[in-house]
Amino acid sequence: MPTDGRPILEVRELRTYFFPEEGTVKAVDGASFEVFPGRTLGIVGESGCGKSVTAKSILRIVERPGRIVGGAIHLRREGGTDPAATIDLATLDPAGLEIRHIRGGDIALVFQEPMTSFSPVHSIGNQMVEMIRVHTRLDKAAARERAVEMLRLVGIPRPDRRIDEYAFQLSGGLRQRAMIALALSCHPRILIADEPTTALDVTTQAQILDLLRHLQAQERMAVVLITHNLGVVAEMCDEVVVMYLGRVVERGPVDAIFHAPKHPYTRALLRSIPSIRASVRTKLPTIAGSIPHPYNRPPGCPFHPRCPDVIRGVCDRSEPGPRPVGPGQTASCFLYEESP
Amino acid sequence: MWWRFRRHKLAMVGSVVVLLFYGVVLFADFFAYAAPTASEAQRSLLPPQPLHWLDGGFRPHVYGFSGRRDPVTLKRVYTPDPAKKIPVRFFARGFEYRLLGLIPADRHLVGVEGAAAEETLFLLGTDEQGRDLWSRLMYGTRTSLTIGLLGVTISLVLGVLLGGVSGFCGGGFDTVIQRVIEILRSIPTIPLWLGLAAALPSSWTVGQVYFAITLIISLIGWTELARVVRGRFLSLREEEFVMAAELAGSSQARIILTHLVPSFSSHIIAATTLALPAMIISETSLSFLGLGLRPPAVSWGVLLQQAQNVQALAISPWLLTPAIPVIVVILAFNFMGDGLRDAADPYGH
Amino acid sequence: MLAYLARRLALAVLTIWAITVLSFVIIKLPPGDYITSYIAQMSASGGFVSEAEVQALRREYGLDQPGYVQYLRWMTMVLHGRFGVALEWKRPVSEVIGDRLWLTMVVSVAAIVVTWALAMPIGIYSAVRQYSTGDYVATFVGFIGLAVPSFMLALILLYLGFKYFNASIGGLFSDRYAEAPWTLAKVWDLARHLPLPTLILGFAGTAQLVRIMRANLLDELGKPYVVTARARGLSEWRVILKYPVRVALNPFASTIGYLLPYIVSGSIIVSLVLGLPTVGPLLLRALIAQDMFLAGTIVLLLGVLTVVGTFLSDLLLLWIDPRIRLEGKQ
Repeated sequence: MPTDGRPILEVRELRTYFFPEEGTVKAVDGASFEVFPGRTLGIVGESGCGKSVTAKSILRIVERPGRIVGGAIHLRREGGTDPAATIDLATLDPAGLEIRHIRGGDIALVFQEPMTSFSPVHSIGNQMVEMIRVHTRLDKAAARERAVEMLRLVGIPRPDRRIDEYAFQLSGGLRQRAMIALALSCHPRILIADEPTTALDVTTQAQILDLLRHLQAQERMAVVLITHNLGVVAEMCDEVVVMYLGRVVERGPVDAIFHAPKHPYTRALLRSIPSIRASVRTKLPTIAGSIPHPYNRPPGCPFHPRCPDVIRGVCDRSEPGPRPVGPGQTASCFLYEESP
Repeated sequence: MWWRFRRHKLAMVGSVVVLLFYGVVLFADFFAYAAPTASEAQRSLLPPQPLHWLDGGFRPHVYGFSGRRDPVTLKRVYTPDPAKKIPVRFFARGFEYRLLGLIPADRHLVGVEGAAAEETLFLLGTDEQGRDLWSRLMYGTRTSLTIGLLGVTISLVLGVLLGGVSGFCGGGFDTVIQRVIEILRSIPTIPLWLGLAAALPSSWTVGQVYFAITLIISLIGWTELARVVRGRFLSLREEEFVMAAELAGSSQARIILTHLVPSFSSHIIAATTLALPAMIISETSLSFLGLGLRPPAVSWGVLLQQAQNVQALAISPWLLTPAIPVIVVILAFNFMGDGLRDAADPYGH
Repeated sequence: MLAYLARRLALAVLTIWAITVLSFVIIKLPPGDYITSYIAQMSASGGFVSEAEVQALRREYGLDQPGYVQYLRWMTMVLHGRFGVALEWKRPVSEVIGDRLWLTMVVSVAAIVVTWALAMPIGIYSAVRQYSTGDYVATFVGFIGLAVPSFMLALILLYLGFKYFNASIGGLFSDRYAEAPWTLAKVWDLARHLPLPTLILGFAGTAQLVRIMRANLLDELGKPYVVTARARGLSEWRVILKYPVRVALNPFASTIGYLLPYIVSGSIIVSLVLGLPTVGPLLLRALIAQDMFLAGTIVLLLGVLTVVGTFLSDLLLLWIDPRIRLEGKQ
């Protein structure tokens, strides 16, 4: 993989808060990670941990009353002579021309529910041609040709006919393929896939993941895979970011995360996967307690009320920062002494 | 549900206004100070007499009028005469009536007790026959609001019955009732009402006409309520707790009574509240056109009938005052209904 | 799609049939019949009707037959375009109604156009800028629109017009054109008089539709397809106008089905207040005079035209919503 070791996207201390009438919800509260060209980053966590808001923050499409209140999102510029030239997406005008070129052009998004992600009253082709024409100088006929080509690429049979159909006429698997074709039709450098297989049945899931892997190699793009399914992460990702209540609690290479998890939350998550090797009739361990209400975040480390290894008087007082715990692996936990 | 409703400020204001109006309905005789039919030819089309509160201390009074005939138009012209002060008393004695139809009484909110014959009180002016508009408005409120309430009750019974059957039984019943509703909704109602109302024999008494008009209005007004009830039935039938009750072996009647009715009664209340204004407007429109209630009955529509042409309005604009309670009460019902609906169903609409 | 069309068409036919029955009931409801009213009318104007003439009339109108036969006879007459004679005018009903029916439809359709043209942008604005000052103003005006019946609005405007401009704001034509034959100048005169009555008629409907549009659009704005459209790099207005507005338009378009009857209803009573030469005042006069052939015919024609209008709006819905168009074609 041709990479000069520099990230294509670097998220630094991202904070996205929501301000509804009732109070403040810190959906993303200091998330940092890097995305490298040609590689796949997995973001995992339970529902409500801020995974999707992170994705929306990168594209600057967080809905009101939410907004980015801090941090930076550095996207490396394309084709420039200076490989270090970056643009901070967090400072762009969310309605401006610049971010609109990046959306779909540089960074594309695939959602969980392909049915509702397509307009119910526009044909798939209509939406693809529109997008291609927004980002390129192709005329209508050429854009349509490219759209058909993309549909063929994602393995949709008879794409020249399917292009004029509506999302509700396709099966779930084909719909998600069409969604991927739509996302990739302007050859983005980064694809953010937000739970791309959750709504599909298991065999279709595998096909879609295969397709994603195949396309990633072909297009040499970076993929950010957001999921709560650790099996998918193990299969697809190079690096993993584990999020809990808007914070990154641990990150590192996929092998390290799966074989040597350091943060108690990551460990608990991994323990709760059913294993084929487990003896029969043993109870599957669950994580004690439940996710706190977003208005009542616990003080200190957000995981401490549910943590089996909680250090009283420490974890409930202050929030731990990330500490290195292995090669390329960090965990935000007081169990690991800050390196001098 | 109650606390959610309380949070809705406009809805609270609306409810208070509605309560006040129904207070007038109950005690119209008390709020009026003249019998609705009492007329005085000498006082035809008298402009309103504004109430003055102070006269070297708290002495509410109105100015008397000196009337004369305009030699050119032959119309009576009145000029207020500040020298003639007519004292107004609260809880004054006036004509006799029965409070709530039971207790004999003769006290009224205001009055000019013990004054000379020509010292009269017309807070909102008089109509062509010299009848006091304020007192007539009080009685009109009674008629118009009870017609609304009665009409909505009939509609409710029809709507819940037919909508419930439609939603719960489904199948052929549902199809027939749905088609009937669709047909009724696609016919312009006013011409239909007019046609039916015009057919009422002119020999009928006020009471008979009153009930006939109520029936005509509600016969066409039940469709919206039936639609709401059916919709709730359909969506509730799919709910897990209903299925659970079914699996547990509850009878259909039991499911309807203990599970379904409580869970949509709040919707019914909201829909009923929102249906009331339409009833009131219908009665007002019919009477306004002269095909609803007929004099000597007094209702908002009957009162507004006098303001029908622009000449009458130009000379005596106060005849338009009955429009104010109509608008206020409809607004109040709408606010209240909106609040109830939001409280009943915070996520839908 | 064919199934949908057939269903709507069948319903329209059924509705028209129901309207004919209702109209006939209205004609038949008053005590006595057409002939007794005719005799009363004649003697009131000092005329005289001979017994033989009465018998002939009774036979001609089939009044000696049972109800359903009378209904069938009447239907046959109607289908041949003969609606009977209007008592007061002693002229065929169709002649008395004349232009008035078309003017009623012109006013009603214009009111619908105004309603839509106002409600759509206001509703979109209110939803996209939820809780902004403009949204509050729209909501407030909307409440007023819901609370003021159209005839009252007409009365109030009439009074204000008289008081402050000393002008009568009623009518559809200037005096010069009222009785004139149709010319381009008369059409122009009509167009100049249309805005006020259509605004009055459309006000309440507009208030309702703004609420509907706002609620629908608020529902749609949070849907994933809007987010993905935005994520494709489209400009904000393009995202909103092309996707959620388009989807919210469907329930909006289907409101025409009850908006048209509502506005036609309103036009009857507003016409009376504003003195518009529509069928409204005529219907009222006919009903008060118990001229039931005229009244029944007006109810019938209004109903039928409304149903036809509603059917046309169903076709419109068919055209804009692929989900209905492709129904059963999976």
